[in-house]
Amino acid sequence: MVENQVQDSHIIQLDKKEKKLALYTEDIHVYYGQNEAIKGVSLAFEKNKITSLIGPSGCGKSTYLRSLNRMNDEIANTKITGKIFYRDIDINAPEIDVYEMRKNIGMVFQRPNPFSKSIYENIAFPLKRHGLKDKAKLDEIVETSLKQAALWDQVKDDLHKSALALSGGQQQRLCIARAIAMEPDILLLDEPASALDPISTSKVEETLINLKEKYTIIIVTHNMQQAARISDYTAFFYMGNVIEYDQTRKIFTRPKIQQTEDYVSGHFG
Amino acid sequence: MRKMFEEELQELHARFSEMGMMVNEAILKSVKAFVNHDKVLAQEVIDHDHLINEYELKLEKKSFELIALQQPVSTDLRIIVTVLKASSDLERMGDHAVSIAKSTIRVKGNKRVPEIEEQIAEMANIVKTMSDDVLDAYLKNDSAKAKKIAFTDDEVDQHFKKIYSQCVEEMKNDTDIVEGATDYMMVASYLERVGDYVTNICEWIVYLDTGKISELNSNLDE
Repeated sequence: MVENQVQDSHIIQLDKKEKKLALYTEDIHVYYGQNEAIKGVSLAFEKNKITSLIGPSGCGKSTYLRSLNRMNDEIANTKITGKIFYRDIDINAPEIDVYEMRKNIGMVFQRPNPFSKSIYENIAFPLKRHGLKDKAKLDEIVETSLKQAALWDQVKDDLHKSALALSGGQQQRLCIARAIAMEPDILLLDEPASALDPISTSKVEETLINLKEKYTIIIVTHNMQQAARISDYTAFFYMGNVIEYDQTRKIFTRPKIQQTEDYVSGHFG
Repeated sequence: MRKMFEEELQELHARFSEMGMMVNEAILKSVKAFVNHDKVLAQEVIDHDHLINEYELKLEKKSFELIALQQPVSTDLRIIVTVLKASSDLERMGDHAVSIAKSTIRVKGNKRVPEIEEQIAEMANIVKTMSDDVLDAYLKNDSAKAKKIAFTDDEVDQHFKKIYSQCVEEMKNDTDIVEGATDYMMVASYLERVGDYVTNICEWIVYLDTGKISELNSNLDE
């Protein structure tokens, strides 16, 4: 394997005093056994903004995203070092209750994965498991979550039909609704539109744009146009490192690093 | 997604129209200053030109950004390309207004020819109407009107030729007016160029509306 040489990088530092930060990481390393998948990533994410993580397959962007709410903990033989600060607490510390933390940092995956239950239950079930019993309150959260995910109008008369009967795009918006029903601060999305057709993709993108008023969104995407269209910030990952992190308009109009230029203009990856 | 992009396109559209109005004002003032020998007004045109240039830069920057971030196609792309191309034409029109204003300031007790000045005022009137109309055609995305405006450029060219030969005649008869007449010829040629830029913008309006890149009122027969 060719050893990666990071010759140059450009990573903007978001100042805690100037910008409200939702989350920031310090020197994150992720090891799968002997393999170092993430080689010291420090990034800060501004509150109520969309940040895209882009880069070629195997660059570590999904690994990094999953480490942000400790999803990598579930993978055997994985070691993560470094700090992840959320509300000034290092959530990468062993004593953190990850289930509690994930209520604040939710995740939506690549393939829509609704439960094999009704649309209503897909949202209500996790809430009930967290102890919410009040039917009226549950109804209200189901409605507001579906509205925020731009799905309410299409499903309000079919709430008790199976979620599996929905189209792929609708299922993915249901998964977004399910994630925001927990009222998280941060939404992590791992290629949420890669399994969807262009119309559904556009609806999911529109949903995300609307959601950033309330949430901070970090999204991994293979689709550079998507990153360009929807995100405020973009981080370009390559071989486990962040090569460039800046405002999206800068990354797509005048990146500072040649590798970023080559990647966003489709010369490699 | 669309909604946000459409808002940005609307914004671009609005900024372009504002730039158009500023340029029209500059042309109006420069001509008025020349006809009335008003150096103060001429200086104002010169002083304000940087605002027009800044508008062009802003429009260019925004257009490049929209192309890079939104990958527009079809009508969206044509809207952006039209703004990008037509704003350069507007900017050049602004420069010609400045040149006319400079001619006004240069005049120092030159001998004048009222008949020629009248001709210039008339020519300026047509050009002014053209530049007002072209903005209206752009706002209404009206390619039929754009084609009509481009057609009026012939009148402008006729005026130019007439003023030119008149100046030559006058200079032959009276060497005292060589300096003044040279300025008349220059101002007429600036106005003629403004007419050409208006024609260019007309071509971009046709492109915006129909997708066809065309040459309106070509100068080949001149």
